[in-house]
Amino acid sequence: MNKSSIVSSVATSGAEKFGASRSAMGVSGGIGQSVTREEDARFLTGRGRYVADINLAGQVWAVVVRSPHAHAAIRSIDTSAASAMPGVLGVFTADDLGDDLGTTAVAFKRVRPDGSPIFWRAYPGLARGEVHHVGDPVAFVVAERLDQARDAAEQVLVDYDARGAVGDLEHAVAPGAPAAWLECPDNISHVHEIGDRAATDAAFASAAHVVRSRYRVSRVHAQYMEPRAAIGSFDPIDSRFTLYCDAQQPHRVRDILAREIFRVPTGRVRVVGVDIGGGFGGKGPQMLEFRLLLWASRRLGRPVKWQCERSESLLFDEHARDNIHEAELALDATGRFLALRSHWIANVGAYVSSDRNIQATFQNTPGMVGVYDFPTAHVRFTCVLTNTPSLAPYRGAGRPEASYVIERLIDDAAAQLGMDRVALRRRNILSPAQLPKVTALGYSYDCGEFERCMDMALEMGDWGGFARRREAARARGLLRGIGLSNPIERAASPGMEYAEIRFDARGRATALMGSKNHGQGHETAFKQVLATHLGLAASDIDYVDGDTDRVAFGVGTFGSRSAVTAGTALVIAAGKVIEKGRLIAAHLLEAASADVSFEAGMFRIAGTDRQVGLKEVAAAAFQPERLPAGLEPGLFENGMFSPEDNTYPYGSHVCEVEIDPQTGTLQIVRYVVADDVGTVINPLLVKGQIHGGIGQGGGQVLMERVVYDPETAQLMTASFMDYAMPRAADFCDIEVAGIETPTDRNLLGVKGAGEAGAVGAVPALMNAIVDALAPLGVTGFEMPATPERVWRAIQSATRQR
Amino acid sequence: MIRLVVNGQARQADVEPEMPLLWVLRDELDVKGPKYGCGIAQCGSCTVLLDGAPVRSCSVPVSAVAGKKITTIEGLAQNGVMHPVQKAWIDHEVPQCGYCQGGQMLAAVSLLQNKPKPTDADIDAVMTNICRCGTYARIRTAIHAAAAAAPAKRV
Ligand code: FES
Ligand code: FES
Repeated sequence: MNKSSIVSSVATSGAEKFGASRSAMGVSGGIGQSVTREEDARFLTGRGRYVADINLAGQVWAVVVRSPHAHAAIRSIDTSAASAMPGVLGVFTADDLGDDLGTTAVAFKRVRPDGSPIFWRAYPGLARGEVHHVGDPVAFVVAERLDQARDAAEQVLVDYDARGAVGDLEHAVAPGAPAAWLECPDNISHVHEIGDRAATDAAFASAAHVVRSRYRVSRVHAQYMEPRAAIGSFDPIDSRFTLYCDAQQPHRVRDILAREIFRVPTGRVRVVGVDIGGGFGGKGPQMLEFRLLLWASRRLGRPVKWQCERSESLLFDEHARDNIHEAELALDATGRFLALRSHWIANVGAYVSSDRNIQATFQNTPGMVGVYDFPTAHVRFTCVLTNTPSLAPYRGAGRPEASYVIERLIDDAAAQLGMDRVALRRRNILSPAQLPKVTALGYSYDCGEFERCMDMALEMGDWGGFARRREAARARGLLRGIGLSNPIERAASPGMEYAEIRFDARGRATALMGSKNHGQGHETAFKQVLATHLGLAASDIDYVDGDTDRVAFGVGTFGSRSAVTAGTALVIAAGKVIEKGRLIAAHLLEAASADVSFEAGMFRIAGTDRQVGLKEVAAAAFQPERLPAGLEPGLFENGMFSPEDNTYPYGSHVCEVEIDPQTGTLQIVRYVVADDVGTVINPLLVKGQIHGGIGQGGGQVLMERVVYDPETAQLMTASFMDYAMPRAADFCDIEVAGIETPTDRNLLGVKGAGEAGAVGAVPALMNAIVDALAPLGVTGFEMPATPERVWRAIQSATRQR
Repeated sequence: MIRLVVNGQARQADVEPEMPLLWVLRDELDVKGPKYGCGIAQCGSCTVLLDGAPVRSCSVPVSAVAGKKITTIEGLAQNGVMHPVQKAWIDHEVPQCGYCQGGQMLAAVSLLQNKPKPTDADIDAVMTNICRCGTYARIRTAIHAAAAAAPAKRV
């Protein structure tokens, strides 16, 4: 959609000055200002309210009994001893659930290599006769107290008949590997492809150079500091379920529970999301425990609470990434890219329960052609079943992998062809004159200045002075490397979002949002939007999100979408407030509405000093005697927005590392980012998001990893003792600057900033590490760059020389 | 019955002596500022000050703290006035999801009580709490800012 069509479609609803919003910077606390956060006072005095902090009257506790086997048939379950334990109210298995619960489903049409339909299986609620990964839920114990539920869970006797299992991607596709599901002997859930195979193959056949590499992106966990928790409650009087939970998409949770699981009208389910201690994509809409809690509450007549433990979270939360790439780049003799070809082999775990579980394997992958001019490209996907938990989006959801493949491949190509890595990028980078452009993999980039952004990062990171710093490090006995990446990602893809502005009879506003804050600072940012568009101060507005009974519609927060979708919906709602307010103001000011303008919270008659504030106009809306004849009283306005196309935030990361070859220890010593996320609503918030993304992308490269034993599929990293997490000492300061090229695809010009840091950090940091190790002849080094792995790589390279 | 002093108030709890302090605070005394993150002293979300020194309350049996002065994040502000660390945290917009920040601030308060003008290295050495939102750089900045502000009363 172009800008003029947006403006005109909104203009028909009577709103004005949308186009001016981007320049309306002068308002106090408005768009573009680094205002500090509304929510912090609560968080910093211990008054944040997270699900685990809530207790309902009469509440009892649940514990999930989980499979210790990766793949087994269940011969029998004996719950009698557990049921007789003190305080126990119920010990439930699949038999007790009967047909009460439906399941989620996969909608994507995919096929297996032989053309047969995709192999998928949804979690049944509790295991029905077999289990498919360690942690698969087998029974659900509810007791008066948590310790009683725990003790009883240990007395549930399950007789398993163990089967062969696969815990790892490479193992699962090896000939003769055990099957994760007996009915799918080759472990291939499905295959898929994008791009133009014939044109790509032809380009490769005639290329002067072909560079091939294999990359492995490790399996990680989102590791939000707040483990998941929920309370389910059923009210028999009005036949209604209420769920308190930490989900990023409360309305979707409600919709799935109502439509697919309990098969009741949507209005019979209420979901309440409060403060959330991080989600990063991982706190999705279909968490299994939700339905069990609500079901048990209906059965027992008591609210039932569950709090996940950290180890349990590693056993059963959805994991992320875990893929292998066989990537090839075709170039002509001058270094121009002719084609990209890649095979993406993805671990999809045991249960492909819904589209969500395979989304990351292809939906964001067209970013693999990056910011470069590729005449053609082709990517094949093979999605492989293993006896591990499901995979799902986590900060980037396929975007970091896509960016990793292209940015690593360019570095490898430069090294193999003896070219300069910056020059090779520059040779192929898309210029503003080439935009808008539909890429070889189908994304339609609308705007951006990719080379300028890269140059900015190179300058901030003093790329030119690196040789000196490397020399100085060598004198100190250290290996120094520098890396560059130019990430671009799909953000805010088409999908609806909702915002409402409600005034009360005294003229005070409440903003009700369909998006769900979980750390991004939505309340602050959206109040800034209202400051600019309605001239309201933050203190004039109450903020509501997360409660499906209070917010009429919502989709939720994921995929860097909320500023774009909810922010634009809010601007549309604000436009309607002004439209109706103008009629009231004209009446109060005894003028024609056409003569009334609105600016900075005031309705004015041009050329006079007659004016009336929005607050007074809003109060008048509730006093019929002050309204023009025929105007409906009240001031409640809402907005819905669904972008017609994605936005494409992009940036450039430059970072440097130093490695001690004696110990393999590694320090990030310099990190700079130049970013373009479109209009910046609040620079402090955006920079915080970039920092956070780099923390997570960097964590994956440096140390994080979920490890399963390939043969037994037992989880080896079930706590923070085994799963290393990045801490303060692992990062240097991060310098973030940027350019703003607002997109025309929404009224705010914003592109989304939530994932950008992670998408750029994974390749930039790895490129720096590979660069540091290259002088020693280390090749094929894969994440995580733990001291042990770095040291071993150095040792084996040294031995070979 | 175990007697505790929590944020200056005498409290008592009828619990087993080995019950971790975190759960006594949260479940018995309704002090919800300390958060559960791992239960094995790895993350620091549950940090409280014990006679001014940070401890990971998930791994301290309540019997070990009888009679000692426990400060949780709720007790950091005095008479409605925020501690300089809290003010610095707001000014530098440290929190994102907020979950870890109570623990982070208490660790920072203790650091500043021992070392009023810490270097970056001092900060990195003692600030070992995990923040998954990646607010580490701002925590560092905020600690320096709090160090530059007027010293606070010891807690
Ligand atoms: S919960 Fe105590 S250190 Fe993690
Ligand atoms: S602010 Fe979210 S974990 Fe630290």
